Amino acid sequence: MEQNSLLTYLILIPLIGSFLVLFIRKEQANLIRYTAFAISTIAFLVSLVIYFQFDSANSDFQFINKIEWIKGLNIHYHVGVDGMSLLLVLLTTFLTPLTLISSWSSIQEKVKEFTFFFLMLEVGMLGVFISLDLFLFYIFWEAMLIPMYFIIGIWGGKERVYAAIKFFIYTMFGSLLMLVAIVWLAVYAIGPLGYFTTNLIELYTIAPQIPMYIQIWMFLAFAFSFAIKVPLFPLHTWLPDAHVQAPTAGSVILAGVLLKMGTYGLLRFNLPLFPEASIAAAPYISVLAVIGIIYGALVAMVQTDIKKLVAYSSVSHLGFVVLGIFAMTQESIQGAVIQMINHGLSTGALFLLVGVIYERTHTREISDYGGIAKIVPFFAFALMFASLSSVGLPGLNGFVGEFLILLGSFQSPILNSWWFTVFAASGVIFAAVYLLWMYQRVVFGKVTNPKLDGLKDMNAREIFVLAPIFILIVWIGIYPGTFLKISDRSTAKVVKQMYNPIKVSPVELGLNQSKK
Amino acid sequence: MFNNAQEFFNVLPIIIIGAGIVVSLLIEMYSKKSEILLPWFSVFMFLAAGLHSLYYVGDVSIVLQNMLATGGNVNVFHAIFTIGAAVVTLLSIDYIKKYGAYFGEYYIILQTSVLGMMLMAAAKDLFVIFLGLEIMSVSFYILAGMNRKKLTANEASLKYFLLGAFATGFIVYGIALIYGSAHTTSIDFITSHFPELTKNLLFIAGILLFLIGFSFKIAAFPFHMWVPDVYEGSPTTVAALFSTGGKAAAFSAIIATLFALFNGPNGNLFTPYLAVISVLSMFYGSIVAIAQDNIKRMLAYSSISHAGYLAIGLAAGNHDAVAGVIFYLAAYTFMNLGAFGIVSLLEGKNETNLSINSYAGLGNRKPLLSAMLAIIMFSLAGLPPFAGFFGKYYIFIAAIKSNLTWLAILGVLSSAISVYFYLRIVVLMYFKSSENEFEMESSRNSMLAIIFSVLVVILLGVFPGTLIDLITKFV
Repeated sequence: MEQNSLLTYLILIPLIGSFLVLFIRKEQANLIRYTAFAISTIAFLVSLVIYFQFDSANSDFQFINKIEWIKGLNIHYHVGVDGMSLLLVLLTTFLTPLTLISSWSSIQEKVKEFTFFFLMLEVGMLGVFISLDLFLFYIFWEAMLIPMYFIIGIWGGKERVYAAIKFFIYTMFGSLLMLVAIVWLAVYAIGPLGYFTTNLIELYTIAPQIPMYIQIWMFLAFAFSFAIKVPLFPLHTWLPDAHVQAPTAGSVILAGVLLKMGTYGLLRFNLPLFPEASIAAAPYISVLAVIGIIYGALVAMVQTDIKKLVAYSSVSHLGFVVLGIFAMTQESIQGAVIQMINHGLSTGALFLLVGVIYERTHTREISDYGGIAKIVPFFAFALMFASLSSVGLPGLNGFVGEFLILLGSFQSPILNSWWFTVFAASGVIFAAVYLLWMYQRVVFGKVTNPKLDGLKDMNAREIFVLAPIFILIVWIGIYPGTFLKISDRSTAKVVKQMYNPIKVSPVELGLNQSKK
Repeated sequence: MFNNAQEFFNVLPIIIIGAGIVVSLLIEMYSKKSEILLPWFSVFMFLAAGLHSLYYVGDVSIVLQNMLATGGNVNVFHAIFTIGAAVVTLLSIDYIKKYGAYFGEYYIILQTSVLGMMLMAAAKDLFVIFLGLEIMSVSFYILAGMNRKKLTANEASLKYFLLGAFATGFIVYGIALIYGSAHTTSIDFITSHFPELTKNLLFIAGILLFLIGFSFKIAAFPFHMWVPDVYEGSPTTVAALFSTGGKAAAFSAIIATLFALFNGPNGNLFTPYLAVISVLSMFYGSIVAIAQDNIKRMLAYSSISHAGYLAIGLAAGNHDAVAGVIFYLAAYTFMNLGAFGIVSLLEGKNETNLSINSYAGLGNRKPLLSAMLAIIMFSLAGLPPFAGFFGKYYIFIAAIKSNLTWLAILGVLSSAISVYFYLRIVVLMYFKSSENEFEMESSRNSMLAIIFSVLVVILLGVFPGTLIDLITKFV
């Protein structure tokens, strides 16, 4: 097979970079910051190269790099991307340098350690999106917990220790059950294939043949782990704690990329590996998703803390993504994929803005603000923009994803009921209520808090961080085709795999010959 | 004695240690510089034996009138024991002076215990197992009470001795019953005639007693009572040896005796027993460890729960299980050596700084040491990309292949619980500020040993294939 090591470089750049940072003296904080920014920008440029060489007419995995790793257990270092994973890789490499700059003034202590963990986090996230071997995937999935745990625990707010432990144990608990399921699948492969394997592409061909009563258990083990990460109602309770306590950069990456690992997992593993079980479980999971949409929105409405409000809005938005995935039509899955990107951009922007204002006032209580439109006009405009994007105003990105999801779920033969769409659509209205109400209380009205006088507006660095995000928000809103085109073939393939699981025998696929 | 030079060459690691003990005795008696000479002589002797075992791992043979096996897994075990002992020796050099128990015999008794372990792993006859076990155990009893003036050390030694002797009684009685029904103590004979022998109830009782005796030695629930007190009372470096070499040796004896049985008919006869002690040990260890305040006691309960994970492999009893258990033992040995090594380095005179709370804020004061302890804790908790994760993964593969998926599920649930107390150390080191800033006596020897252990933990986690390929070739 033709090897392409571009993806390997993409992972190696932040990995080597993170160790490089360790060799800089800690007094030279600025040098550390610039180095980290340079490293993550190089990674972004490499991912752009991958994007331009990517063939969006091809539904297969591309840029495959496969190297034998553990011979005795047939485990390979095996990476590759298709349209869905490429979009998320781009989102990761795009957000990382921006969040690094955003933390230049807010992270003043232990800059070196922070940068090290942050680049390690990027390695873990990229690894999750490009792994084509379940073992490799699991390694990245778990290893990524360690840097995030430290980022919350060391640089977080008052309750950071509690939040960090809760985040860690919650996620670990879910993923350990997935580990058993991964091993079970690999052992199951010995039957039809004749050898132990965790190769995802090979498992795609045999896993759908697992008898239904076992498939359900496998589905649940995987889905449980991903649902915690998403987070799907009622497994969401770790999220507000982690978000509120994490430093701004941590929240942005948590909301922007980490949560997408859960929805990506559902799409990449659950649906194609266990199609029958997925179809059987779809109504139940969709009900939870819709409850999450409404519940998240209602709880967001009554928050007094801006950051908590944004955190709960994530529960609501990710509910849309899960609904889109389990409606299992091409429109809804396309919508889910683009909504993952949208949520990364708009919620990322919101968290960045909350960070900007928090750094100046050291309060996140909505009631402490009011009337800041005149004092900080740039900030007021940016917050408006990000809020409207999150609400789903037509012309901005959020509308595209939500519209496709609602359209797809309305037509979905699997859900077969328009009630899902009706209730989910109410979430859009609620989103407008909680975000605009928050905006009104923070920005408009009279200045009641004397501390707000003399508040400084956004500086050039902060504008530089937000500008690219806003450009993308408009771009996706006006011409989503650029991005929808990338994932079009691969989502179509997922839908095809769902309804006609590959029932050819592995011998016909030439898999046995390739091994022996 | 030896039929040819090759046989002699194959058992050379054992001979190196045996001869080394004699030389060490002479050094201790006649050299004025024995305080420096003796530990370094031990280290080089252990490394020589360990490297010989690893290098000639392919020389599979049975020597000395069918008494000892060499090559393959036996050599991997020998390498674990000797390299582990070399690390323990390095850790001891400065520690036992600080601890106030410098006696020349410390190193010599450490060597004899390793000789005992090596005999157990290589045994082809139940009597050799017994001989090795006794050489090891008696050495351990003495090591536990190395500081004769300390009350806790005496208590540890006596407790270990009484319970250990009790366990040995079970093993001897088991061997007697096996001999009574099989008319031989040759392990090969027993494995090849296993199906007929199991018709005899006395034989089954014999094996069961044998297993119960070894359940004491591997520190499995409900035969674990000695573990926390002995670890707490013994010198820290000695506790490191108990929890690594001692445990690995007991597992090597079980593997040497029983694993050939598992693939034959009636092979799953003892699975229920092993599965039950495995589940009980995992959960008991993980849950009780949460409540500990003394780090050595916490590591003792963690050792009980790791015995449980390893027993999953014994219960699964297939080829992957043997490889998995050996890999896990190698990983566990270096994780625990690193952990106890750091504890011994931070321990003050008169056993201070052993409470978990004294680790608060260590991340700021000792960045390298804290980073290494954090890596070890993540590895013990079974997080990738460290060695502990891969050991668990391998053992779960074995369990699922033997249709023991439920055991694997219970295993992961228990590891989820154990995450809590391993993370507690990390939380204290990095997220809390110091309560009392104690001075630490630096020790270059200990640092060397700890860095080596942590490197092994990382390397075995990132490139587990190197060791796996070595083991699977000979299973």
